[in-house]
Amino acid sequence: MITRFVHFFGSLRLTLVCLGLALVLVFAGTLAQVHLGLYVVQSEFFRSFFIYWKPAGTHWQIPIFPGGWLIGTALLMNLLAAHIVRFHFSRRKLGLLIVHAGLLLLLGGFFISEILQVESQMRLEIGETKSYAEDSRRNELVVIDVTDPDRDNVVAVPESRLEQGGEIRPEGLPFSLRVKRYLPNSQPAGPMSGAGEKIKAANGVGQRMLFSPAPVVSRMDDENKPAAWIEIAAGQEVIGNWTVSTWLTKRPWCIALTEQFGALGIAVNAPQSFTWRGRNYVIALRPTRYYKPYTITLLEFKHDVYAGTDVPSNFSSKVHLRDPARGEDRDVVIRMNSPLRYGGETYYQASFEPGDRVSILQVVHNPAAMVPYVSCSLIIVGLMAQFFTHLLAFVRRRARPPAPASARLRPLVHAELMNDA
Amino acid sequence: MKKWIPWLVAAVFAGWFAAGTITPKAGEGFDLAGFGRLPVLLNGRVQPFDSVARNALLSMSGRSTTRSAEGKTISATQWLLETMTNPTLADQRKIFRVQHPDLQGLLGADKSGLLYYSWKDLSGCLDTLEEQAAKLQAAESREGEDAAKLRTPFQKDLLHLYDSAALYNRLRQNFALDSSYAYVMAVPPLPGAPRQAWSAVAAAAARGPHPALEFFRAMSIAYQQNDPASFNRAVAGYRGWMQENNLAAELSKGGQEFFFNQIEPFYKSMVIYVAAVILGCVFWINLSEPVRRTGFALLVVAFLIHTVGLGFRMYLEGRPPVTNLYSSAIFIGWGAAALGLVLERIFKGGIGLVASGLIGFSTLIIAHHLALSGDTMEMLRAVLDTNLWLATHVVVITLGYASMFVAGLLAAIYIVRGFFTRGLSTETARGLARMVYGIVCFATLTSFAGTILGGIWADQSWGRFWGWDPKENGALLIVLWNAMILHARWGGVIKERGLMAMAVFGNIVTSFSWFGVNMLGVGLHAYGFMDKALFWLIAFDVSQAVLIAAALAPTRFWASFNRAPASPQSAG
Repeated sequence: MITRFVHFFGSLRLTLVCLGLALVLVFAGTLAQVHLGLYVVQSEFFRSFFIYWKPAGTHWQIPIFPGGWLIGTALLMNLLAAHIVRFHFSRRKLGLLIVHAGLLLLLGGFFISEILQVESQMRLEIGETKSYAEDSRRNELVVIDVTDPDRDNVVAVPESRLEQGGEIRPEGLPFSLRVKRYLPNSQPAGPMSGAGEKIKAANGVGQRMLFSPAPVVSRMDDENKPAAWIEIAAGQEVIGNWTVSTWLTKRPWCIALTEQFGALGIAVNAPQSFTWRGRNYVIALRPTRYYKPYTITLLEFKHDVYAGTDVPSNFSSKVHLRDPARGEDRDVVIRMNSPLRYGGETYYQASFEPGDRVSILQVVHNPAAMVPYVSCSLIIVGLMAQFFTHLLAFVRRRARPPAPASARLRPLVHAELMNDA
Repeated sequence: MKKWIPWLVAAVFAGWFAAGTITPKAGEGFDLAGFGRLPVLLNGRVQPFDSVARNALLSMSGRSTTRSAEGKTISATQWLLETMTNPTLADQRKIFRVQHPDLQGLLGADKSGLLYYSWKDLSGCLDTLEEQAAKLQAAESREGEDAAKLRTPFQKDLLHLYDSAALYNRLRQNFALDSSYAYVMAVPPLPGAPRQAWSAVAAAAARGPHPALEFFRAMSIAYQQNDPASFNRAVAGYRGWMQENNLAAELSKGGQEFFFNQIEPFYKSMVIYVAAVILGCVFWINLSEPVRRTGFALLVVAFLIHTVGLGFRMYLEGRPPVTNLYSSAIFIGWGAAALGLVLERIFKGGIGLVASGLIGFSTLIIAHHLALSGDTMEMLRAVLDTNLWLATHVVVITLGYASMFVAGLLAAIYIVRGFFTRGLSTETARGLARMVYGIVCFATLTSFAGTILGGIWADQSWGRFWGWDPKENGALLIVLWNAMILHARWGGVIKERGLMAMAVFGNIVTSFSWFGVNMLGVGLHAYGFMDKALFWLIAFDVSQAVLIAAALAPTRFWASFNRAPASPQSAG
């Protein structure tokens, strides 16, 4: 039984089927980006076990095609099994062995990266110092105890928890949070706006700044701007209710909102604070923050263009890195194709804001970042070894007088190699 | 005698190319070459007037020369000079190409077909044109960024004409002292100013006197008054002044690029490739060895000229060979020709000859059409501005494309000769199969290495080894397809004809990766969105599908293998 199982997984036909499915998947996933956008395609096609068809108007999910995870796993098992079942070491096969070892490492490292890689962004104005980066997609609800002027105590709840609704009792807070309404995407509505569902809070900005639901967007450049109506209560005692939204905290949305509603006297980006039992708190929905044990200060941002055009020739940020614990205190220039690697993270020059005073750095944390380099070197070495062994053999054969026809009709070397099970 | 024929023919073609390297002497007339060499700044780079003129004329009319009313050929440089100094004459040159019948109707044409208009012809309807273009642009800005991809042929032609008219209008004002619309920055920096601090004529005039302005004025007046002697004096005087004022480097850059434009290496090698392909096909019919050797000699000449062009471009740009879609076409042709030469040298069956000649010719044709969209030596955006990755990732992946096309074309030759003619012997078939297999191996190596290098570049520049971007996916498709071919071959799932069918499908995969993904208009690599090519891409893919169908047809439908019973190995 086990032998049959291993033989099935080690078969060359399975390799072919998997490669074929991967080919179709990648092709479909490329075309689908035109309508769905990169982000959705990544999660539905490549980072999934199945691609589902969801008939409109139902909650059904019908798997119609294997996703990236499934095909990748199958290929990985196929590769392992094939080597267990039938690979016998010989010098001629050394190249292929190296190639497949490299592939194994590449696929493995790829899985690890997909699971563990965290991408965030650090937005720095010239002169600004930060010790955290912000997630560009995930958000968190935070309640910050700001009573102590030297130290903020932050309690964060991921946005995904708000989606479930109900009552949240986060550790470290003397009260609980009730999600009265959660909008995965929202649009602002002024105090004078017309009918339709809106959330209106009793306290804070939300008294006059209302939000109504908006369709969820999925394209890479689009962004959902969630809003939630949160009631804070300690047991039976209701402390108040507030509207929180990334509209109020995240650039450039809060700037757009200020331009639109600032004239009405609504302080859009003022912190929403309250006091309870002598302690002061601030509540907000903001991009998830990742704190670092070091700080980065933007000293200078350069955006050069070619003479007489607006084609950029260079972007670079000169930053100051300070990490007292490790004695780092130095200037670094981050530019295109030349990132800063520090503390297990890599900082890339990603973007900037008009006016050239704000630089946006992409921060990537990927514990498997070096795996592709190793595996790729292996594969390329293996491929070259294999290719040149054959080329050499070919050249030698040609140098010799032609062999009798029967000898030349021998099938290719590889056929023996893969079939000698 | 027969021994010398290949050399003689090759020498004739080489002489044809060499003749192009000699610049005609100005003699009594205007020193147009001297003017064409003068450097100006445009698109962020120093280039000669000749390049400005050629690129502008190509984008407006699709041709690099124009004609006078009497039918005399006018070079691009002369046309530009006229446009800048003698608008009354220039306005009568028919340089605006209009294709769409509706647009021709709008302009008041009384016949149809491909029509060329002059500025004078257009002058009555410029307002209509502007109004229509403004309406379209307003509608598109309401619809969002995707709207521009959905333009109808009429709208595209309308905008092309509108852009051409705007460009012409700017070219006319290059030497105007009171206009802010000049197209080029013709006035070089004075000694002491930064090297890149060129300015337009009007801007320089507003700042005060500048020697270049005096020379330009003298050239303008002399050309208007048909006074070659004064014109040539002004050109020579300006060159002398540049020489003395720290602009010798710019001057020689202008001269070199002028020379490059003049020798037209890609056009000439294209013609010679065609000749080589014809000789290869003749060889298949009459099996005359001198014909094959002549074809081979021509292929060598074409390849050398192609190499000269490629090398010259690299020197002018100071870059590795591939920097944009245009240069990728040039390089694919070059790589394929190199592979074909090696194959022909080894196997001597005319197959390498025909394959490399055909690919060399087709890719240069593609490059020619890509050049219609403007300057092919444009400056690189910041993220691409790295010679290390351009030299490794881009070159290797492009070699991968080239080898895929060679394998696919060899397979196509196998299918065409085997299915439609009786000329494919079992021996040749086996030789072709070995070539295809070997090249697929090479393509696997280069595509894989190229893809991986791209991943490493991506990791270096935006922190993701792999992002499922369309161009990355396109490269992955090639790698996956190659892996499938090799595993199917090793496992004995396919034999000779199966290998051929798969190699031909490789053409479809590669054409999607090279061109198709750019047409999707999404992703970080979408640097060359063009939809005119969509028709040709689909036509190409359909033709390949037909070949695959033929390859999969049972051998009894094949013309070749039915004469004698085919050996068991060659029947798939």
